[in-house]
Amino acid sequence: METLLSYIHNNLELLYVVILSVFLGIEVISRVPSVLHTPLMSGANAIHGVIIIGSIIVMSEAAPDNYVVLTLGFIAVIVGTINVVGGFVVTDRMLEMFKAGKDKASKQIKDK
Amino acid sequence: MHASILAVCYLIGSVSFIIGLKMLSHPATARRGNLVSAAGMGVAILGTLFLYHPQGTTFHNLIWIVAAMIIGTLIGSISARKVKMTAMPEMVSLFNGMGGLCAALISVVELGRIAQDQSDMHVLSILAGMVIGSVSFTGSMIAYGKLRGKIKDHTFPGQHLVNLVVLALIIAAGAVIIHGDGTVSPVVFYGMLSLSVIYGILFVLPIGGADMPVVISLLNSFTGIATACAGFLYNNQVMLTGGILVGSAGAILTILMCKAMNRSLMNVLVGSFGSTGTASAHVTGEQGAYKEISLSDAAMVMGYAHKVMVVPGYGLAVAQAQHVCHELGKLLQKNGVEVKYAIHPVAGRMPGHMNVLLAEADVSYDDLLELEPANEEFGSTDVVLILGANDVVNPAAQDDRSSPIYGMPILEVGKAKLVIVNKRTMNPGYAGIENELFFKTNTSMLFGNAKNVLQELVNLVKEL
Repeated sequence: METLLSYIHNNLELLYVVILSVFLGIEVISRVPSVLHTPLMSGANAIHGVIIIGSIIVMSEAAPDNYVVLTLGFIAVIVGTINVVGGFVVTDRMLEMFKAGKDKASKQIKDK
Repeated sequence: MHASILAVCYLIGSVSFIIGLKMLSHPATARRGNLVSAAGMGVAILGTLFLYHPQGTTFHNLIWIVAAMIIGTLIGSISARKVKMTAMPEMVSLFNGMGGLCAALISVVELGRIAQDQSDMHVLSILAGMVIGSVSFTGSMIAYGKLRGKIKDHTFPGQHLVNLVVLALIIAAGAVIIHGDGTVSPVVFYGMLSLSVIYGILFVLPIGGADMPVVISLLNSFTGIATACAGFLYNNQVMLTGGILVGSAGAILTILMCKAMNRSLMNVLVGSFGSTGTASAHVTGEQGAYKEISLSDAAMVMGYAHKVMVVPGYGLAVAQAQHVCHELGKLLQKNGVEVKYAIHPVAGRMPGHMNVLLAEADVSYDDLLELEPANEEFGSTDVVLILGANDVVNPAAQDDRSSPIYGMPILEVGKAKLVIVNKRTMNPGYAGIENELFFKTNTSMLFGNAKNVLQELVNLVKEL
């Protein structure tokens, strides 16, 4: 119990960040039209790719002769980058089509 | 000095994630929103590369890190560019799994170097990151295999019990490690790791394909939480905010989807639905008589109708028929027929899947109707053309209490004067449930690959 309380006390700022972020995430997503669910899921998927920073930290702290950690870290950086880059590119591709469709639709209205 | 610039980088990253997600939730700003998050990510990553100073040592292995990033960028961008629109859901699942794997690997490394004096909470966040990351990784891989059709649904008696036991063992192993004296016994550690990996597989394996969107969304949320655990570990605000944002947003999205399909989230967490057994019970049941309609008749009734509603489903995506579908729509509109598209929220393999597909074919945003407005319009519709959709138009969801999809809102196509169903065969849909709609008097079947059928219809309507 005491450990928990002192932990809360020592990490108060982090806990505030966590709680506010939870509400923020709920707030942002609950107004999304169902049309955007897939791109949004994909965009969120890219954002949690920020885990790559953790893998960079692991690599940067590893001794150059610690091959186990180096190998694990190297793989971690690769898959983390795939998550980030792939996620954003896929999302952009999905949304690109929406935009093209909308532009043409509004042009058609103007032409009429 | 470096540390404070890095803090600012992380602040920019966090804020851009929030703004990006916000912008992603409006159709007009969505694409810019994605770029805003990507830019924020870039700032955070570059900041870490150039400004981060590890405690008590210098920054090692920069070359290796950059090399790994180049490899990852190549793999990620090439596979993301090459993937077909129909395969998007499995791609998202795959990328999500990569994030989970990354989180698990980080935790494995960190667990190998915990010191005796580290707090329980520190160890707990490592273990949580490892378990959640591994579950997310293997779960996403199974979901990917299922969407590709390479992995079938597997169920066995007592599956819930096995899942719960595995989960309990993971928690027990975690407790042993936390209450240990700072040294981690390899047996407990590897046991915990492999149990987590197995749990991810067991968790997704029994779940039927129709429920995959919920699973992917849930696993996405899991990876977010694993990221947040790592954020706690390194006291890193950008990982924390990014992870928690995705975690909570993914959870809400999952709940919204569960509601749309009348499932409880608890049911999902125990990994049970789809294994209820009733799903396959009806397949072998007797089939009524259905009638077929010829292509020329179908073209005729649509060409002279006042109002045609198109209900797209996964069959349209598989056949890559979205362009020819739009061509038929335009042609009918030119002939004075009112053409609308009725989109069920969970049609296809992911929410919004059909919207993405039709948007690719330039179908106007205004012609897409969501569930409720579509149901209001079916009463005044002459012809409903169902293209490879099945469960989302199954009346059993309203009539049959024993049906596994009972309670799911459906498109009430039966209210229209005539329903034309395009399917490849009489086989039941992805959830494996028989569909009474096909045997109703105002329903006619039009068998064939959606693309070929639509192309024929286009040619025939042109000749009218």
